[in-house]
Amino acid sequence: MGDEIMEKGKYEKIVAKHKPTETRAQNAFIAFVTGGLIGAGAQLLTELYMGWFDIPKADASTFMLVTLIFFACLFTAMGFFDKWVTFCKCGLIIPITGFAHSMMSSGLEYKKEGPIFGIGSNVFKLAGSVILYGIVSAWFFGLLRLIIMGG
Amino acid sequence: MIYIYSFLFAGFVSMVGQIILDNTKLSAGHITSIFVVVGAFLDTFSIYDMIITHVGAGALVPITSFGHSLIHGALAKASDMGIMGLLMGMFDLTASGITAAIVFTFIFTLIFNPKN
Repeated sequence: MGDEIMEKGKYEKIVAKHKPTETRAQNAFIAFVTGGLIGAGAQLLTELYMGWFDIPKADASTFMLVTLIFFACLFTAMGFFDKWVTFCKCGLIIPITGFAHSMMSSGLEYKKEGPIFGIGSNVFKLAGSVILYGIVSAWFFGLLRLIIMGG
Repeated sequence: MIYIYSFLFAGFVSMVGQIILDNTKLSAGHITSIFVVVGAFLDTFSIYDMIITHVGAGALVPITSFGHSLIHGALAKASDMGIMGLLMGMFDLTASGITAAIVFTFIFTLIFNPKN
């Protein structure tokens, strides 16, 4: 009896050890491909903007980021971006699309609670941590660089 | 060639995020926050600038570039204004992204309703 239970536990341990690794590898691969496609697409879009509007690269990059944010917001609002995110996970969360998606989805989620306490105070519910830690670390590292290297 | 570098770099950053997400208890919010801090740290000694010149837009898309833009604007202003410049220039480069995200979010929130 005791042996049986131990064997059962052992079997489940082996299953647990093997099964998730495959999905983990698969997830990592999907994230790599989707993240990479967004990166390459962003490069293409930047060069297209540089050609169309005859603007320098820095401005074209800004246009490109705004375009990505626009489509991430629009697709989230239309309802099908969530399905893409559950499939691609970090492939869409790590690029700037994830930032826009988190703002848009919390905005929609709390819409029924009104314009002030719903949309206004919840839009940055998830994106706020990115902004806060980004600013605090940028300020701290900037200060460090000013002290060490003098600018 | 720059397309391949863009693909590889953006894909690599996303993949690292996915591996952390799957193998630790950290949530997506933790990972994006950590990546922003990493981006800011890498730009402290201009490493991220070097990556951007080699990789192109592929390095601007991941959230690490948000941290880079924050500190880049702050340091650019700080070179003129000294220590107060850090506070004044913080949003110089990221203003467009944040403003766009806020405006689009607000407009679409008014137009669309949540699906479920």
